[in-house]
Amino acid sequence: MSGYLEGVLALLCINTVLAYGAFLPMSAGQLNLGIAAFVAIGAYSSGYASNALGLNPILAALGGFAVAASVGWLVAFPILRTRGIYLALATFALNQVVQGTILNVDAVGGAAGYPVSAHVGFPVVAAFAIAVFALVAALFHTRFGISVTAVKDDERAADVMGLSVRGMQSAAFTVGAGLAGLAGALYAHYFNYIEVQNYGVLFSIYVMLYVLLGGTQTVYGPLLGAALFNLLPELLRGSAAWRYVIFACLIIAIMSLRPQGVLVKR
Amino acid sequence: MLEQQVVNGLMLGSVYALVAVAFTLAIGILNFLNFSIPGLFMVSGMLTWLLLRQAAPWPLAALGAVAAAGALSLLVERFTYRLMRTSEHFVPLVTSMAFLILLENLMLIGWGSDQQRVPVPFGSASAHLGPVIVSVPQLLGLGCAVLAVACMDFLLKKTRLGRGVRTIAEDAQLATLLGVPVERVVPLIFLFGGLFTGLAGFLFAVNYQQASPFMGEEVALKGISAMVVGGMGNIWGAILGGLLIGLVETFAIFGLGARAVDLCVYGALLAILFVRPTGLLGGVSRHQRM
Repeated sequence: MSGYLEGVLALLCINTVLAYGAFLPMSAGQLNLGIAAFVAIGAYSSGYASNALGLNPILAALGGFAVAASVGWLVAFPILRTRGIYLALATFALNQVVQGTILNVDAVGGAAGYPVSAHVGFPVVAAFAIAVFALVAALFHTRFGISVTAVKDDERAADVMGLSVRGMQSAAFTVGAGLAGLAGALYAHYFNYIEVQNYGVLFSIYVMLYVLLGGTQTVYGPLLGAALFNLLPELLRGSAAWRYVIFACLIIAIMSLRPQGVLVKR
Repeated sequence: MLEQQVVNGLMLGSVYALVAVAFTLAIGILNFLNFSIPGLFMVSGMLTWLLLRQAAPWPLAALGAVAAAGALSLLVERFTYRLMRTSEHFVPLVTSMAFLILLENLMLIGWGSDQQRVPVPFGSASAHLGPVIVSVPQLLGLGCAVLAVACMDFLLKKTRLGRGVRTIAEDAQLATLLGVPVERVVPLIFLFGGLFTGLAGFLFAVNYQQASPFMGEEVALKGISAMVVGGMGNIWGAILGGLLIGLVETFAIFGLGARAVDLCVYGALLAILFVRPTGLLGGVSRHQRM
C-alpha cells in the first residue's frame, strides 16, 4: 500500500470516528457546533500524555477519549439547559473558549502548534475506527437506540413513557464528546503534529455537514457521509478548493432533493 | 488615549452591529440561523477591493458590493427558506452553511487566499474632535449603521409591510391565513439581511483596507455574539450588542493583548447564554426550533 493511499485511508478512519462523535448528539436532537473543541481536547491531552508523561500512544488515545468525555459530561450540565438554537450557539461559544484557552497554554506550544513524537501505525487507527463503528452500531440495536430516537422525536412523550430525557441527552452528548476526543488523539499520533487553530467552529460545521450528508436516521449514514466526503474528491483529483466547491454543491443538491440525507430508514 | 479607543471600538462595533442586524432579522422573523451571512459579507468586501482596484469611484464600488450581497441573499433564500416547510428544521441551516463554503472556495479559486490591500478611496480625510482622530470612513460607517437600522425600525413598526413581517414572526401559517403574502415578504427579509451584510462588508473593507476569502468568518462569529448579547430578534439590541462587543474587543486588545480577545468575548457570550439567554434587551422567547 502506497504512503499516499495509506494517508487517505487513515484520514477516512479518523473522520469516521469523528463522524460518530457528531452523530451521537445529533441522534438525540442536539446540534453540537462544539465538536472541534472536543477534538482539540482529545488531541492535546493525549499528545501531552505521550510526550511529557511517556504514556503508550494507544493508552494515550484512550486517555484522550476519557478526558474529552469527562469535559463533555461536565459542560453538559449547563449546556443542556439550553435547547434548539441556543444549544447550537452555546456549543459554538464553548468551541471558541476552548480554542482560545489552548492557544494561551504555552506548555503545549500555544499558537506555534504541538509536535507529538509517539506514532501509531495505520492498523491501529483502522482497528479503532472499526471498533467504534461496531460499538455504535451495536449500541443502536439496543434499547438505547430506540430511547434516544424517542427523546429526539418528542421529549415530552419520552418523559411520559418513563425515559430519563436528561440522562439520554447527557449520555449522547458525553459519548459524542469522547469519540471526538478519540478522533483527535488518533490524528495527533498518526500525523504527529497538531495545531489548535485548525479546530475552530468551521471544523465543527464540516463534520456536522458530512454526517447530515450521509443521513442521521440510521447508524450507517455517518459512515457513508465520511466516505463520500473523503474519497470522492480524491477520485476526482481536484485541488482542495475544488473539493469544497463540489462538496458544497452536493450538500445543496442533496438537501433540496433528499433532505433526510442519502441513507434513510425504510 | 482612552477616547481614541472608544471611537475605534464603536467603529468596529458598527460593523458587528450591521452583521448582527442581518442575523437577527433571520432569527427573529424566520427562526433561522443564516450561516451564509459571512459569505455575503466576504463577497461584498472582495468586490469592493476588485472595483476600487480598477479605480472605480467609491460610491459605485459601494453600490456594486451592497447590491451583489443583496442578490446573493435572494439566491440563498431559494434554497433555504423556500424548502423549510417541506423538510426538517435543520435543512435551511445546513444549506446556508454550504453556501458559505461554496462562496469562500470559489473566491479562493478565483483570486487566491492572500489578504488583499484595499486602496483608500477618501485619501487621508479625517476629522479632529479635540484629541480624538476620526477618519471619514469611520464616521460614514457609524452614520450608515445607525441610519440603516433606524429605517428598518420604521419599516417594521409603521408600514403595512412591517406589520406583515411581524405577523410572520409570530406564526407563518397564521400570516398566510390573514392574507399576508408570505411568498413575497420572506424574500424581502432576505434582501434586507443581504443589504445590511453587504454594507458591513464594504465598510469593513474601506476602513481596515483589507479583504480576503475568509474575512467573513471572524466578523460573523462576533456578529452572532452581538445578536445574542443584545437579544435575538431585537434590532436595537443588535446595535447595542454590536457596539458593546466592539468596545470589549478594542479594550481587550488595548489592555490584555490580542490573545485574550476571544476568551473575553466568547466567555461573556457563554455566560449570557446560561444566565440570561434572552439577552440585554430581550428577544424571541417562544419555543425555539432551529
